[in-house]
Amino acid sequence: MYQFNYRKASSLEHAADLQANAEDGVYLAGGMTLIPTLKQRLAAPSDVIDVGGLDGLRGIDVGATVRVGALTAHAEVAASAEVRGAIPALSDLAEGIGDAHVRNRGTIGGSVANSDPAADYPAAVVGLGATVHTDRRSIVGDDFFTDLFETALDEGEIITSVEFPVPAQAAYAKFPNPASRYAIVGVMVAEVDDAVRVGVTGAGPCAFRSAELEAALAGGLSVSALDGVSVSSGDLNSDLHASAEYRAHLVVVMARRAVAQLT
Amino acid sequence: MAENGTGIGAAVKRKEDMRFITGAGRYTDDIDQAGQACAVFLRSPHARATIGGIDTGAALQVPGVVAVYTGADLAADGIGDLPCGWLVKSKDGSDMIQPPHPPLAVERVNYVGEPYGLVIADSLQAARDGAEAVVADFDDLPAVVGVATADQADQLHESVPNNQCYDWELGDKVATDAAFANADHVASLDIVNNRLIPNAMEPRAAVGDYDAASGVYTLHTTSQNPHLERLVLAAFVQVAPESRLRVVSPDVGGGFGSKIFVYAEETAVIWAAGKLRRAVKWRAERSESFLADAHGRDHVTKAELALSSDGTFLGLRVKTIANMGAYLSTFASSVPTYLYGTLMAGQYKTPAIYVEVRAMFTNTAPVDAYRGAGRPEATYVVERLVETAARDLSMDLAEIRRRNFIQPEDFPYATPVALTYDTGDYEASLDKALRHIDYQGFGARRAASEANGNRRGIGFSSYIEACGLAPSQVALSLGAGVGLFESAEVRVNVTGSVTVITGSHSHGQGHETTFAQVVSDRLGIPLDDVEVVHGDTARSDYGLGTYGSRSIAVGGSALIRATDKIIAKGKKIVAHNFETTEDNIDFTDGIFAEHESNRSMAFAEVAFAAYVPANFPLDELEPGLSEKAFYDPGNFTYPAGTHICEVEIDGETGVPTIAAFVAVDDFGHVINPMIVEGQVHGGLCQGIGQALLEHGVYDDAGQLVTGSYMDYCMPRADDVPSFTVDTTVTPCTHNPLGVKGCGEAGAIGATAAVMNAVTDALGVKSLPMPATPETVWKALGSAG
Repeated sequence: MYQFNYRKASSLEHAADLQANAEDGVYLAGGMTLIPTLKQRLAAPSDVIDVGGLDGLRGIDVGATVRVGALTAHAEVAASAEVRGAIPALSDLAEGIGDAHVRNRGTIGGSVANSDPAADYPAAVVGLGATVHTDRRSIVGDDFFTDLFETALDEGEIITSVEFPVPAQAAYAKFPNPASRYAIVGVMVAEVDDAVRVGVTGAGPCAFRSAELEAALAGGLSVSALDGVSVSSGDLNSDLHASAEYRAHLVVVMARRAVAQLT
Repeated sequence: MAENGTGIGAAVKRKEDMRFITGAGRYTDDIDQAGQACAVFLRSPHARATIGGIDTGAALQVPGVVAVYTGADLAADGIGDLPCGWLVKSKDGSDMIQPPHPPLAVERVNYVGEPYGLVIADSLQAARDGAEAVVADFDDLPAVVGVATADQADQLHESVPNNQCYDWELGDKVATDAAFANADHVASLDIVNNRLIPNAMEPRAAVGDYDAASGVYTLHTTSQNPHLERLVLAAFVQVAPESRLRVVSPDVGGGFGSKIFVYAEETAVIWAAGKLRRAVKWRAERSESFLADAHGRDHVTKAELALSSDGTFLGLRVKTIANMGAYLSTFASSVPTYLYGTLMAGQYKTPAIYVEVRAMFTNTAPVDAYRGAGRPEATYVVERLVETAARDLSMDLAEIRRRNFIQPEDFPYATPVALTYDTGDYEASLDKALRHIDYQGFGARRAASEANGNRRGIGFSSYIEACGLAPSQVALSLGAGVGLFESAEVRVNVTGSVTVITGSHSHGQGHETTFAQVVSDRLGIPLDDVEVVHGDTARSDYGLGTYGSRSIAVGGSALIRATDKIIAKGKKIVAHNFETTEDNIDFTDGIFAEHESNRSMAFAEVAFAAYVPANFPLDELEPGLSEKAFYDPGNFTYPAGTHICEVEIDGETGVPTIAAFVAVDDFGHVINPMIVEGQVHGGLCQGIGQALLEHGVYDDAGQLVTGSYMDYCMPRADDVPSFTVDTTVTPCTHNPLGVKGCGEAGAIGATAAVMNAVTDALGVKSLPMPATPETVWKALGSAG
C-alpha cells in the first residue's frame, strides 16, 4: 500500500465534499476490490473516502419493487426472506457471489459501481431492468454499464440504492471460473412487464442484454425455444479459461439452464 | 499392532493440531528479532535481459532505507553460487552442464521474478518504497519458453550449447529395440506433463540474525531440511562454517518439495544480516511464491509400449524432454532421471525398457521436486500407455494389468531399470479397488449418464513409487552429493519422560504424533510423555529432512535403532541393580523384569537410576540414558496400489466431475491410519488438481500468466469427491517397522487415473492436462 489520507464521510454531502476537495479521491464501501488493489500498490489515491458509515445507504425495502441500499452486503440480500419472496433469482445470485467473507463485506453499490466484467450483480441490473439511484439522479439499468470497469456514473457520483422491479418470473444461472469462481458467464433470464429480458455478465467487456436470446424467448420462456439458437462470439472476452467461442456457447447453455429453473 | 490405545497402529489425534488450529503455531514470520530490518527483493520484470546497470542512489535516499545490495555486493564478499546437489551424466559419459547460478543475478536475468538485488529498510513500507526507487537498466532479449524447441532457440548460458543440461539414458536400448521389432502391437502416446506451481499455504520466509559477540549466524527459515540448508550455506555459498551457522525451521506450513531447496532469498538475507550486524527478515508475498518458488513437472514425452497380441508387455520406450527452467535448482537434475526413468517398470514384468531424457534450460522459473517428484510423471507415462494399449487391443483394464503384474512369488524383483522391488501384492490392491468402485456396475452407470445427455468414463492407475530416500550407497553411486540416511536421538529425562530429536522435519505430516507413537509403543510409556523435537541444527546432530516419503521409513527406523539402544542400556542398569547379567532381563510394556523371579523395575525407575547412579561400576556402565542412531536403509521402499477414478462429463458444458475415486494403497505397516488417510486425501487432491485444474502458464514473452489465484486453479474441497481410501499390507522387508511411506502416493497415482477416465468418457486417445471445461468441450465436439 502507498500512503493515503483516510477520510470518513458522515453524510452523502460530506462524502461529495471530501471527494471534490481531494487531489485524487476514491470511495471505499466494502473494499472487496479497492483494498486488494491498494495492497498490491496498483492504485495510489490521495484520499480514501470511507462511505461505509452512511447507514442511510443500508437496508432492503420490498414493496412494489425491491430496493436495495447501496451499502447492503451480499449476505444480507441472500438471507432476506422478503427478497426471496419477491425475486428468488436475486437471492440465488447474491448467495453465489464470491465466498462467505466477500458476501459479508462486499456491497451491491460497490459491485455495480466497479463494472467488473465478471461480477454477478450487473447481470441482475440489466436482466431485471433495475434502476440505479445516485446522490444526483436515477440511471436506467440498460444505460448504466458502458464498458470494462466503466459506468454512466460521473466523477464523484455516489450510488445510493439499486431498485429492481419485481418480475413475473426470473432465474439466474452461472458458469464459474474454476480458479477465481467469478462468472465466466452468468445469465439472468426474466419476464418483466410482459417482456422477456436476458442479462449477461462475464462474457463481454461489461454486462449486456442479449438481443438474440431475448428474440428467441419472446414467444415464451421455454427451453425448447432456445434449441438451435446461438449468439455471436464477436464481441466476447477470450482468456486462458474460456475462448470467445466457448463463452458464446455457454451463454446459450446458461440461458437454457436459467429457463429450465422456471419450467 | 494395536488398533486402540496410542501405540503403533492407533488412529491417535494429532498432538500438534491444537496449536495449529488455535493460531498458536510459531512460523518463521512469527519470529521477530530485536532491531530487525525488513528486506524486499528486486525481481526481474523480464524473462531474459542483460543488466546494463543498477542505480541505487535514489533508493538509498528513501527515508528508512538501510542498504541496497546487488549481485555484485555478494560476489565481492565471496558468496558462491547456489549449487545443484546431484550430478547426472550424459549418454556419452560427460557431466551435466551446470551454468553459474548466483543468488542475485549479476549480468543477466533469465526468468521473470529472478532476484537481482534487495532493499533493506527499517520498515517493510520503506523497503517497498526503496525497491520502487531502484532503477535497473535492462536490455530485453527474446525469451526461450517452449521446452520442446529449446535446443533450436537462442543460447541462454555461455557454457550450455543448445540449452541442453544433459542427455541421459537408462536401460537396454538394443534389447528394447528388438522387443519392438518382434511385437504384434505398439501402443504409443505423446504426452505433455503440465507445469505445476506448488503453493504451500505458508509462503517462504527467512529471518537472518548475526550475533557479533559469538560470531554465530542464526537463520530461521521455511525449510524442509535445515541441516541441508546449513550445509549448502556453509560449504558452497560460504556464508559461515557450520559450527557458526544455526538453521532453524520452526513450524512450517506445507512444502510439497518446494521448501527442500536452498534459494536465493534466505542466502541473501543471512549474508545481509552479517553485513549489517542486524537481523533481517523477508517473507514472500503470494505473487513472489508464484514467480520464484521452484515449479514442478513440465515434461514433453513420446512413449511406446510393445505388446504381443495377448496383451503381454514386451518392451517400453520413453523419450522425454524435461524443463529445468532457467537454472539448476538444488535437486532438479535427479527428478527426471533417477526418480523417473527408474520407475518405468511400474508394477509390470516388462522385460526390456529404454528411457532417454534430455534436460533443457528455458527462461522460466527453475523446476525441481514437487510432491512425487518424477514418479508422478513416470506413473503418468506408464499408466496412460497401459490403458491406451488395453483400448487398442480391446482388453479389459483389469485383465491387461493382471497379465503383466509382477507376482508375489517374483520378489525380490530386479527391474530392467536399476531398482529391486522387495515386496508387493499388486493384485490384492487391484481386487480391492475393483470391489470398492463396483466395477461390474460401471456399464449401468455409464448408460444412466448417457441417458441424461452426459458422458461417463472409468480409469485405473496401478502405480508404484520408490520411497524412503534412500540407500546412501545407491544414491552416491548415482551422483548424489549428500548421503540419505537419517538420525534420531532418544533422551530419557530423569523422571522418565522422553525427548526425541529427529533429523526428519514435519511441515504438516504429523511427526510429533507419529514418532511419539513409535517411541511410546516401544518403550511402553504414555504418549504424552514423549516430546518430538525437530527442525533445529543446534538441537540435533544432523539430519536430512523430509521429502520423498522418507520420514517414517528412514527417520522412524533410526528411531527404532535409538530406542533399542535405550532398552539395551536399561537392561544393563537393571542387571546391575539386581546383581545379575543383562541377558537375564526382559523388557515388555515398559517393565524391565528378571527371568524366573518376581523382581522388576518400571521404565521411569530405570531412568531415575540412570541419573542417580548409586554404585555404578563406572568402567562398564556410564550414567545417563540418552542414545543416538544413524540409519541408512538397505533399499528404497516401494509403496504401490491401484487408484480407480470414475468421471462424469457434462454433455453441454464439458465440465468433468469426479463421480467416484477409490484409492487402495499398500504402505506396509501403518503407524497412524488417520494421518495416513489424511496424507492420501491431500495427495489425491494434488493429483486431481494436475489432471483437471492446475497449470503454470508462461506466454511467449516469458511472462507468467497464471501468477495468482485468479488464474492458477488450486483444487478446493468441492472440486473433489468423498474419497474411498483403503489399504493392503505387504510389510517392507528391510526396515524394522515394515513401513514404506505414504506422503506422495496420492499425487503419484491419481493423475493418470483421472485422465484415463476422462479420455475414456470422451472416446479420445489423449487430451492435454489440465482437462479444463473448454478443453473437454472441444473434445466433445471433435469426438462427435
